[in-house]
Amino acid sequence: MLVWLARRLAQVVPTLILLSVMIFGLQQLMPGDPALILAGEERGDPQVLAQIRAELWLDRPLHVQYLHWVGNVVTGDFGFSWRIREPVARLILQKLPVTFQLASMAFLIAVLIGVPMGILSATHRDRPADWLANGIALFGISMPNFWLGIMMILLFSVQLGWLPPSGYVPLTEDFWQSVSTTIMPAFVLGSGIAGVLMRHTRAAMLTALSQDYVRTARAKGLTERVVVWKHALRNALIPVVTLGTIEFGRLLAGAVLTEQIFTIPGFGKLIVDAVFNRDYPVVQGVVLATALIFVGLSLVADLLYMAINPRLRQA
Amino acid sequence: MTVPALTIENLSVEFATDRGSLRAVDGVSLSVAPGRTLAVVGESGSGKSVSALAVMGLLPGSARVGGHIALDGEDLLALPPEALRARRGGAMAMIFQEPMTSLNPAFTAGEQVAEALRVHRGLAPAAAFAEAVAMLERVRIPDAARRARQYPHQLSGGMRQRVMIAIALACRPRLLLADEPTTALDVTVQAQILALLGQLKRETGTAVVLITHDLGVVADHAEDVAVMYAGRVVERASAATLFARPEHPYTVGLLGAAPRLTGGEGRLASIEGTVPDMRNPPPGCRFAPRCPFAITRCVAEPPPLAEVAPGHMTACWRAPLAQVLGAA
Ligand SMILES: Nc1ncnc2c1ncn2[C@@H]1O[C@H](COP(=O)(O)OP(=O)(O)O)[C@@H](O)[C@H]1O
Ligand code: SF4
Ligand SMILES: [Mg+2]
Repeated sequence: MLVWLARRLAQVVPTLILLSVMIFGLQQLMPGDPALILAGEERGDPQVLAQIRAELWLDRPLHVQYLHWVGNVVTGDFGFSWRIREPVARLILQKLPVTFQLASMAFLIAVLIGVPMGILSATHRDRPADWLANGIALFGISMPNFWLGIMMILLFSVQLGWLPPSGYVPLTEDFWQSVSTTIMPAFVLGSGIAGVLMRHTRAAMLTALSQDYVRTARAKGLTERVVVWKHALRNALIPVVTLGTIEFGRLLAGAVLTEQIFTIPGFGKLIVDAVFNRDYPVVQGVVLATALIFVGLSLVADLLYMAINPRLRQA
Repeated sequence: MTVPALTIENLSVEFATDRGSLRAVDGVSLSVAPGRTLAVVGESGSGKSVSALAVMGLLPGSARVGGHIALDGEDLLALPPEALRARRGGAMAMIFQEPMTSLNPAFTAGEQVAEALRVHRGLAPAAAFAEAVAMLERVRIPDAARRARQYPHQLSGGMRQRVMIAIALACRPRLLLADEPTTALDVTVQAQILALLGQLKRETGTAVVLITHDLGVVADHAEDVAVMYAGRVVERASAATLFARPEHPYTVGLLGAAPRLTGGEGRLASIEGTVPDMRNPPPGCRFAPRCPFAITRCVAEPPPLAEVAPGHMTACWRAPLAQVLGAA
């Protein structure tokens, strides 16, 4: 187990190196001379420009710049935002929990709706419950998030007045307030994933339910509930878990738009603002952080995989 | 004579399929006494598995079952689903052909045996697991305590089938249905598994239905035999009688006793022609298209299963066949 973990972590190293090279390269391709942007009013003064270049190591050879940057990143120094004049790392750490809360809630909603619906749909194959579940899944997948978001705001905020239409209260401040400000965006964000999860769960369950071991479970005299929710589901979950982690990564990306609709000050807002203001260190930091999260997620996926699939648990 | 553990009377199973209905089992009658083994023999597709699944109540929803099935005198077809579920794995159990896929890959061998004990005997998890280990010892799995904690992929085919037997016999069923339990195993393992089944049967007094297409298995491991062809029983006798004096031309063909019927030597003689399409079976004797003894009546009218000698039944218009063979 520990050996496996060590080996798995070692595999991550080349990925990270490749990622860092790509992100660094991207920075080089970005238009505009950072020194010029940073100098602002004083861009006419060659001395100021030279000073800025020296500060940012822009006057060194490329490979030295790269190593310097990597060295900084490894020690948690993601650079300074040009616009807000704050460390990028701090900005990310401020915004990330917001988006993470939103994505986690969306994912929870997606799992709680998608997985049981997929199971139900498989056990009621070709019957009304199956058709209904498929209809709902299609709705969830094909509904544009902004439209669903606006409709929900109109219904729950404008018409019924149950939920605030925008804004955000951190979890640490007030739990219920926080949930009420994030439940609608989380639902909007989770609806598509719920549909995808439902379809995959349905397919995986149909496969599992046709296996010989399910017949054995029935022959043992187990109740249909145990046959479905224990024997079939345990095996069906293996492919669904992989998909789930990929979808969770996509959720983080999807949060960008949803955060705009509900004006939630998360990661999405951070990156949108940064891109529009050409705040390259922030863009770079966000991309790097996102990549790291994906790498972390794939590790979590593998661990979950091992937990439910005994065939991978040896060695 | 003892009361049979299982009695099947006039069993029929019809499947609704896309291309019309298909009668896979048509008027089958059988019985097995406690402590005895009935072998059910026949080519692939003759309705052996479907008959066994009908007893267990495990046929898919597309199946319509008719006739009577009684387990210890209790009419299984009249039981509500929940009561039938309670019989499964308790009073009656089944072993399947494919040991590689019949166990759940996500649970240990011990858990899978223990589950049956928890459901039917209400044992607590720890007690059930301990009992499961004891059961694995009884089916002669070496180092049972360790094996109980292993997953199916860590066990050999023979070992998995032993686990299946342990699951099936864990609750001391009155009836065990073994559907080609050794077909997927290599020869030496086959013999071991069959010997084990016989031994456990003698110890527990369980009635066994041993489904096979291998007549060699029948000779060594069954007291009684029913030969099936195209959804019907065509011959029933004790194993000794069947091998000594086969009556039905199909059985004769299977045994390779009549040179004109056999495709080669040995016990698994193949018979020329193929099993009829069950959507559209021949109206008379279903074996008629392949039977060298067929007469006009055979094509028109199905022969009933009738006694040719005490305890020996055959469904053939030309029985007793000895006369025909003698005359030929
Ligand atoms: N679920 C099903 N739906 C339709 N036809 C089936 C089904 N199961 C079995 N059959 C048909 O029933 C017949 C008997 O099958 P089976 O009992 O499995 O034969 P075997 O004697 O080889 O065990 C075959 O023609 C098979 O195609
Ligand atoms: S009834 Fe006729 S066709 Fe059928 S087995 Fe007997 S002789 Fe052959
Ligand atoms: Mg079969």
